Amino acid sequence: MFQSPDFKQLGKQIRCATTVDVKQALSTKRPDLNDLAALISPAAEPYLQQMAARSSEITLARFGKTTQLYAPVYLSNYCTNRCVYCGFSADNLIKRKCLTLEEAEKEAMILHGRGFQHILLVSGEAENAVNVEYMEAIALRLRDKFAAVSIEIQPMSTKHYHRLFLAGITAVAVYQETYDRDLYKKVHLSGKKRDYDYRLETPARVAEAGMREVGIGALLGLGDWRAEGLAIGHHLHWLRTKFWSTAFTVSFPRMRPATGEFEPLERVSERNLSQLIFALRLFDQDVGLIVSTREEARYRDGMLGLGPTRYSAGSCTAPGGYGDSDIDVDVDAEQFSVGDHRSLDEVSTMIREKGFDPVCKDWDCGFQIADN
Amino acid sequence: MLTIAGTEFKSRLFLGTGKFSSSSVMADAIAASECQMVTVALRRVNLDNPEDDIMKALSVREYIFLPNTSGARNANEAIRLAHLARAASGSSWLKLEVTPDPRTLLPDPVETLLATEKLVKDGFIVLPYMNADPILALKLQDAGAAAVMPLGSPIGTNQGVLTDSMIAIIIEQARVPVVVDAGIGAPSHAAYAMEMGADAVLVNTAISIAGDPVAMAAAFAKAVEAGRTAFVAGMGQRSKQASASSPADGKLSSDLGFLA
Amino acid sequence: MNITVNGSNKVFQDIFSVTDLLKTLQLPPETVVVELNTIIIQPDSYHSAKLVEGDQVEIIRFVGGG
Repeated sequence: MFQSPDFKQLGKQIRCATTVDVKQALSTKRPDLNDLAALISPAAEPYLQQMAARSSEITLARFGKTTQLYAPVYLSNYCTNRCVYCGFSADNLIKRKCLTLEEAEKEAMILHGRGFQHILLVSGEAENAVNVEYMEAIALRLRDKFAAVSIEIQPMSTKHYHRLFLAGITAVAVYQETYDRDLYKKVHLSGKKRDYDYRLETPARVAEAGMREVGIGALLGLGDWRAEGLAIGHHLHWLRTKFWSTAFTVSFPRMRPATGEFEPLERVSERNLSQLIFALRLFDQDVGLIVSTREEARYRDGMLGLGPTRYSAGSCTAPGGYGDSDIDVDVDAEQFSVGDHRSLDEVSTMIREKGFDPVCKDWDCGFQIADN
Repeated sequence: MLTIAGTEFKSRLFLGTGKFSSSSVMADAIAASECQMVTVALRRVNLDNPEDDIMKALSVREYIFLPNTSGARNANEAIRLAHLARAASGSSWLKLEVTPDPRTLLPDPVETLLATEKLVKDGFIVLPYMNADPILALKLQDAGAAAVMPLGSPIGTNQGVLTDSMIAIIIEQARVPVVVDAGIGAPSHAAYAMEMGADAVLVNTAISIAGDPVAMAAAFAKAVEAGRTAFVAGMGQRSKQASASSPADGKLSSDLGFLA
Repeated sequence: MNITVNGSNKVFQDIFSVTDLLKTLQLPPETVVVELNTIIIQPDSYHSAKLVEGDQVEIIRFVGGG
């Protein structure tokens, strides 16, 4: 199983990097984990433009002039975990809602009507609200209507992931939130999620179950973002060698200070985020890099083609948020607040104006069959 | 240090023992190459004229014998030869070769994978000879191969590493050592494979048919070492454009003016 | 007694075991592998491996190869 390197040590390693290391990392054809450390380091900050140019070159070569688009469907905000940073935390006095199968399908079909072919089903972690039977039932309802249905729910067993794969789920995202073991215990106060190792081993279980794609990532704003980036690199590298027929993506959910919300423990600027994205692109030419609507329109427009490969669009992060008034939506029940409020059409137009092709479909989950 | 199946190798050059003019030239060339592992083949004893026994010239105590399954045209023949080889050498090392086409002697990917799966289960240390196919390399690793041996060009052709773009991918993805085998006709070819990051090379014809096989073996030893050292030192990237050796910072750039 | 050795039919007299056969052919036992009716005979069993009429024997050794 993957052993996450000591987090403090990663931070130290990064801060030891010099200009010479950065230049070496920029000139090497295949940057390794040491090069990644240099590219994430403070010493690389003056080279951000060179990194952007190199990252853009690789992204263009590997992904072409395309940007994939998807939208999340929030199924449920019930959660048995207490995580200090999350709007769905069990402690929070929000109106709880778990969509029925009919409501979930209706929400998905609203997005379908807006042109989405790839949706991400998201929920809080509460086994009695959202479990494998519920997810399987939704997947079977949606598999013939969408090209790809991904999920971001509580970690499951390999067996359950395999069941969902057979039902038509194509990808699973499960973020470690923080690779810092000590900090992890501090921000995850109670609930199943408190088990750092079980969560860390989840991407491997997903891949083992045969899913086409696995998403990993860390929440930026909890710990040392540079060390999180290097830890992600280690995790990605390990996963790649073990599961060579699985595609991988990395997300960079960045917390920003906002009234009434969790105050980030660390400030991560747009420059920092960009450096991390460029560094990971240089390190892994083929990894999908996702930038969600947490980020503002200006930033997402500017980053187009420089490294990210997939954007969400037109997102609402509360269960039932897309639907008509017959689903009772609590606007305070959002998981996080959105920075880019544009619709799919508006985002697609922007992408086209920049000379890129907005791609809503690059697979058909109906094709999916188990290997053995 | 190179480690295959728990055995450490100081030398990253392996030698084949075929086509030498005599056993003594072979033994001298092997000594000059400083290699630690040699490949051997298995054949019926010619009863009317029992040839020299290779074991007389080379001691199993001095060198690791890597018996091959040359001549096998399918998995079953290779498996049979493998068991004979193990009985003869007393060890489980095996270079798996399945070559159905006697003209090109190119390896059969399907039969090689089948034989690898079976032989790994039978406890062999399997080093499959394979075409430079990255997906096959991954599948052979999954099946338990101790190393993979992609070919540089067809055996005996001395054409060098023609499959370099595929070998580069194999090396990048490998979880086991990559030994470039076949087609290496000159020390520069061996150095090139090592510069790319190959873990070792296997050479036979280029040494055995050289004017002076002993001197050629020494040349290969140096080339392999030079290539490895260059790889470890980290080579600069190739580029189509000229680039000044002196820095001109800030020239290559993307517009990041949008950042807050 | 007729025995097929390495594909050719040969007639032997006073041969009872693999050890006898190797001695007759002047082959040092430690340099070869013997397969009797497609089953590999371990060297310590050469003496007890009895030969009978019509047996198929393969005698194999290492040669140079790449």
